[in-house]
Amino acid sequence: MTTTARRTAVAAAAALALAGGLAACSSSSTPAASGSSVSAAASSKVTGTVTVFAASSLQGTFTALGKKFEAANPGVKVTFNFGGSSALAQSINSGAPADVFAAASPATMKTVTDAKGATTSTVFVRNTLEIAVPKGNPKHIAVLKDLAGAGLKVALCAKEVPCGAAAVTALNAAGVKLTPVTLEQDVKSALTKVELGEVDASLVYKTDVQADAAKISGVDFPEAAKAVNDYPIAALTKAPNSAGAAAFTAYILSPEGRQVLTAAGFQAP
Amino acid sequence: MTPHALDALLRVDRPAFRLDLALTAAPGEVIALLGPNGAGKSTALRALAGLLPLTTGHLRLDGTTLEDPAAGLHTPAENRPVGVVFQDYLLFPHLSALDNVAFGLRCRGLGRKPSRAEALPWLERMGLADHAHTKPGALSGGQAQRVALARALAVRPRLLLLDEPLAALDARTRLDVRAQLRRHLAEFEAVAVLVTHDPLDAMVLADRLVVIEDGQQVQSGTPAEIARHPRTDYIARLVGLNLYQGLADGLTVTLSDGPSLATTDGLTGPVFVAFPPSAVTLHRSRPDSSARNVWELKVSGLDLHGDQVRVDLTGELPLAADLTPAAAADLDLAPGSTVWATVKAAQTHAYPA
Amino acid sequence: MTQPQPPAGPAPTALRLRGRARRRAQRVPYALLLPALLGLTFLVLPLAGLLIRAPWSTLSQQLSSSQVWDALRLSLVCATAATGLSLLLGVPLAWLLARTEFPGRRIVRALVTLPLVLPPVVGGVALLLVLGRNGIVGRWLDAAFGITLPFHTSGVVIAEAFVAMPFLVISVEGALRAADPRYEEAAATLGASRLTAFRRVTLPLIAPGIGAGAVLAWARALGEFGATITFAGNFPGQTQTMPLAVYLAMETDPEAAIALSLVLLAVSVAVLAGLRERWMSAP
Repeated sequence: MTTTARRTAVAAAAALALAGGLAACSSSSTPAASGSSVSAAASSKVTGTVTVFAASSLQGTFTALGKKFEAANPGVKVTFNFGGSSALAQSINSGAPADVFAAASPATMKTVTDAKGATTSTVFVRNTLEIAVPKGNPKHIAVLKDLAGAGLKVALCAKEVPCGAAAVTALNAAGVKLTPVTLEQDVKSALTKVELGEVDASLVYKTDVQADAAKISGVDFPEAAKAVNDYPIAALTKAPNSAGAAAFTAYILSPEGRQVLTAAGFQAP
Repeated sequence: MTPHALDALLRVDRPAFRLDLALTAAPGEVIALLGPNGAGKSTALRALAGLLPLTTGHLRLDGTTLEDPAAGLHTPAENRPVGVVFQDYLLFPHLSALDNVAFGLRCRGLGRKPSRAEALPWLERMGLADHAHTKPGALSGGQAQRVALARALAVRPRLLLLDEPLAALDARTRLDVRAQLRRHLAEFEAVAVLVTHDPLDAMVLADRLVVIEDGQQVQSGTPAEIARHPRTDYIARLVGLNLYQGLADGLTVTLSDGPSLATTDGLTGPVFVAFPPSAVTLHRSRPDSSARNVWELKVSGLDLHGDQVRVDLTGELPLAADLTPAAAADLDLAPGSTVWATVKAAQTHAYPA
Repeated sequence: MTQPQPPAGPAPTALRLRGRARRRAQRVPYALLLPALLGLTFLVLPLAGLLIRAPWSTLSQQLSSSQVWDALRLSLVCATAATGLSLLLGVPLAWLLARTEFPGRRIVRALVTLPLVLPPVVGGVALLLVLGRNGIVGRWLDAAFGITLPFHTSGVVIAEAFVAMPFLVISVEGALRAADPRYEEAAATLGASRLTAFRRVTLPLIAPGIGAGAVLAWARALGEFGATITFAGNFPGQTQTMPLAVYLAMETDPEAAIALSLVLLAVSVAVLAGLRERWMSAP
């Protein structure tokens, strides 16, 4: 075994431990505190391409973070595959060559860990639902119950995708019975329907409302707290670039990564 | 003179072609438009049918003006009392023979049943009552031709147009159908115009021939007149004559390009001279006969024509000669060989140009 | 295709040629046979994969939910309605393209075939922009008649027709161009107006072409996904057709998705095979 290879393996093990939130073996106090040092250390060891499969709601933030990670690690290239979490999980389980998986729900991540695609995962952000309405809230929607009003058209995500599952939880918590006009296949489609004025409201993630603030207004509602979506991230066991996987995962968990994510409307776990 | 049932001046301008043809006909008259391919026969027919607008001119039928471009009048085909038998008949393949014949009647507002009832006698007249429910695909060529004729006649047109009515038939059927068609045309009380490139069809079927070449009428008359006095090479070839134009001075006709011909018709001035290929005799060497029409010519082609050999000759007087195969063998004729041709003056026929 | 039959009698040379062609069919050159077989394998293998991996043991259970049959019924109804709409509008359009001369006809033909190359999702967005509640036409439809097409079954039909109609138009236009226009002239000389000639002569002549086009359009409409989910949305019993149900099932339960796909495959094979017999008896 050459020196370089051994050192890479050690670094990868350390990063994996961090990602799993099991950093206790090191002398560093918290994962957050050690995050930046790992990132800095990785800069000398990580090479090649890191392939990240991430939920579509992470598109804006992860693209920005990928650029920063590349800047901090010269010679590394991060490529993303954004999509519905469930679809991404399916392709990972079918053998897609991914290094990192960031899902929009623990249930989706569980399908990957159950299939031994990852040993552990860490929740790195949480996302809550918001009522998305056209800019200026023309229908004066204030609470979740308003969505059940007569003549109001509402788009929800299909219950098969995380934002739809969260919406069902929130509506049940509020005791609101609601017949949507459509069950969209992902959160962006639901938001587009609001943006085009085809529906009057939709339940989407806060981050999506924030990303589209020019055309969409968000209405917070208390029951959202009952339907918080945890976003887990994992370096994958079959990662072609395991060092890169570990380093990128650590970078997302670092204070620098968290700052970008919270600025976009995500909540810290 | 009876008023013209058909009075047409057909002028159609096309990029590389111009039709300019005056046509008149009395009721019951059958006119054949005869001419080589591309002469404009079909164009004339389409113009009469209303499928092709006139550039200028006019078309009147039974005193009614159907088309007059100067007045902005163009009666579309579907509103003309015109029936057309197309060259390949164009029977509607999805309709039975009876429904093909009934089609025009239905288009004139008759119901399904009455139109069939009226169509059936037409098929009966054509001897096709047994085939009323046959689809065109299952009809023979001759039967299809008669269905097409019945279809065109069923709407009682005032002008019947036939485009090469016999061209699609084989020789055997052609004889029968020609005879039948002649009978039906003779019964037809309005004007019929048929287009053909076959002189025999034209002569058997028509009362009057109009020969057109390059979009213009070159000759018109009864079949007998035209056969006897052709005025262009095309007609002469059609009726099987050698034809020349020249200046007559008594019994000698001097042709425009040199040679002269002896005839027995005493004429002066511009004339046509014609003689049939069978009037030509060929010899290996210069004959000593008294014939004054003797030319040394070169064989350019040999063709078996029925039981005759047609010999095409070039030289100072290009001509066609017919002889028996035995005579052709005796003379040892081959393209390129030289022969002497004689024609008796009594067998030529001169007439004023 | 129905071609005008030459009315001349038997053509012995043609018969002989056909006989020779049949004999030659036994010696197919490998340069053609090999790629042909590869092509066949390429098309059939994925379907075989579906069959092999199908959850046969749990199939009946997978298909017991009423949502499956709702989606199938909706798919069949909407594809058929979209084909009907395409016929109603597409056949006259094909006639216009094939039989009339007008300035810019080439451009119009290109426009007609545009939905073939347009990603269906883009087609769906375009439909929303025009026929949606705030669309150019949709706003007026909503205000004047209270009609909103998105999220309604009629929206599915519209989306499917938008994607499927070009297939029909192209097929029918081809049939019209191959059909002898002189039959229409013959009809005219018998007193038929252009409309009558079209209805009673041209339509029956090109029926096989129309049938083929309708089958193509129906098949395309049945499999339509992108434009439908974008324009009409996805709601069980209302706008959720089989392809949408399959896609969403794929998110969580691939076995259910395979089961649904099998149902769609079986139904479409049965219908297409039946229609082919009926309409495209020629080759």
